Amino acid sequence: MRAWVAARLAQTVLVVFLSLTAVFGMVRLSGDPVLLFMPMDIQAKDVEDYRRRLGFNDPLVVQYARFMKNAAHGDFGESLRYRRDALGLVLERLPATLLLAGTAILLTLVVAVPLGVVTAVRRDGVVDHAGTIVTVLGQATPGFWLGLMLIYVFAVQLRWLPTGGIGGLAHLVMPSIVLAAFYASRVARLTRSAVLDALGEDYVLTARAKGLAERRVVGKHALRNSAIPIVTLAGLEAGQLLGGAVVTETIFAWPGLGRLTVQALLNRDFPVVMAAVSFTSIVYTLMNLGVDLLYGWLDPRVRSR
Amino acid sequence: MKKLLGLALTVGVLGVALAAPWLATTDPMTTDFASGLKPPGSPGHVLGTDQLGRDLLTRVLYGARLALFIGACTVVVTAVTGSLLGLVAGFVERWPSAAIMRLADVQLAVPFILLALTINAIVGLGLRNIILSLSAAGWVVFARVVRGEVLSVKQRDYVHAAAALGVGRARLLFRHVLPNVAPSIIVVASLQFSQFVVAEAAISFLGFGVQPPTPAWGSMLSESRDFLYVAWWLAAFPGAALALTALGVNLVGDWLRDTLDPKLRV
Repeated sequence: MRAWVAARLAQTVLVVFLSLTAVFGMVRLSGDPVLLFMPMDIQAKDVEDYRRRLGFNDPLVVQYARFMKNAAHGDFGESLRYRRDALGLVLERLPATLLLAGTAILLTLVVAVPLGVVTAVRRDGVVDHAGTIVTVLGQATPGFWLGLMLIYVFAVQLRWLPTGGIGGLAHLVMPSIVLAAFYASRVARLTRSAVLDALGEDYVLTARAKGLAERRVVGKHALRNSAIPIVTLAGLEAGQLLGGAVVTETIFAWPGLGRLTVQALLNRDFPVVMAAVSFTSIVYTLMNLGVDLLYGWLDPRVRSR
Repeated sequence: MKKLLGLALTVGVLGVALAAPWLATTDPMTTDFASGLKPPGSPGHVLGTDQLGRDLLTRVLYGARLALFIGACTVVVTAVTGSLLGLVAGFVERWPSAAIMRLADVQLAVPFILLALTINAIVGLGLRNIILSLSAAGWVVFARVVRGEVLSVKQRDYVHAAAALGVGRARLLFRHVLPNVAPSIIVVASLQFSQFVVAEAAISFLGFGVQPPTPAWGSMLSESRDFLYVAWWLAAFPGAALALTALGVNLVGDWLRDTLDPKLRV
């Protein structure tokens, strides 16, 4: 167990290191990085000035070493637009994104998991067919379109909810539904297939043969055994919420990490882009590590693989 | 039922995309400012017109062309590069495998849409660059699945038998291993296709990718936001076309997986 955990930790450190390298390399894709960092209508003397100040005249190896050293200290430079610490801007926006993603995960747990269980137990019943239609539609509907349609119905026509921004509970309703829609549909389908798998196992047959009530067979035997695949896959997929937040936050003017990234890209504020992408990749990698360790703890067979 | 609906939608969208110039009544770029923002059902404009008086139906039809073209190009590029890297990683093992798989880990450490968006913002706008950035972010799924399949296929008896008969490594890989991995590649391609189409729309929606006035569903939706209070149809129809396309392709993908490779998880 200890060796396995150590190996997973080492792998995580390597991935984080390589991700930072990739972020550094990505900015070099366009050729001249200074032009990427500068607003479009800047004068040549300022470009030269910044080429020197950002150190783009140094050899690439020196630049790389400096970037990695600063990144290790949480220093991604200063935002070229707001003239403030880039990572600080990113961290400031984190609570809003966590609130949104947390609400989406909560919605999923409350709605999608029970839906998955019911559709599996009542296989081929009316609920199952209705549930399948809803989840298939949920997976196919692009979040930004769902968002626009919800805004039109509930904000423009009915005037029940605000069109965007952060504030009370009412502001949270539409963004969290939009962010949860795709994820919840996936989790509902995963839950259904995991519970169906468990219901086909011998121990369920045994439990039924003992004459246990169906409630207990499902609740105690099937559900507990299907918990592992549900937790793992739901955990791994939860990372995609960080991607979904990019689009959702933009539609609803939600002041989170995703919207900050899009705005920084539009403003060519690359220190902030680099800080945001690096931070997201580190959070994402740590989440995957957490899920993996949880999985290994729940199911010892994983560790020996 | 799902299979029929999926095939009907997919074939329908494909037909519409191919026949767009003959189905459309006008040109997707021609403006007619005097008849702007006409609601659906107006004479000559079944789905209404946009802020510049362009026929919405025409633009949605041409949007299908662009969406399917970008989706198809990206799937071909990622399927070829990703599968080749996956074949090498699974067949050769040792350092090529480790290098390719670590690269895949790094890419998977950033959410797909964020990665494609960032690459697109760096390499610049344009049709070629959006295919490039989606491909750079999307090859990983092919590489992972193909590698996993190769690792199990190369242990089979017929591969050992061919190797014992003195078949060369390249021939072994492409004539004996690849055909047996092909079903998985087809399933992944169909499931990735709709993801690429939706991702392209999302990127164009956010202001990168395909730019107006080119009729792409994503940039049409982006423009529609300014008119949500007065012209709901500008948001409703391009998005519905996108959702129906994704639905059709997803259903076909599910069906292909159930028939070709039921255990595959993507």
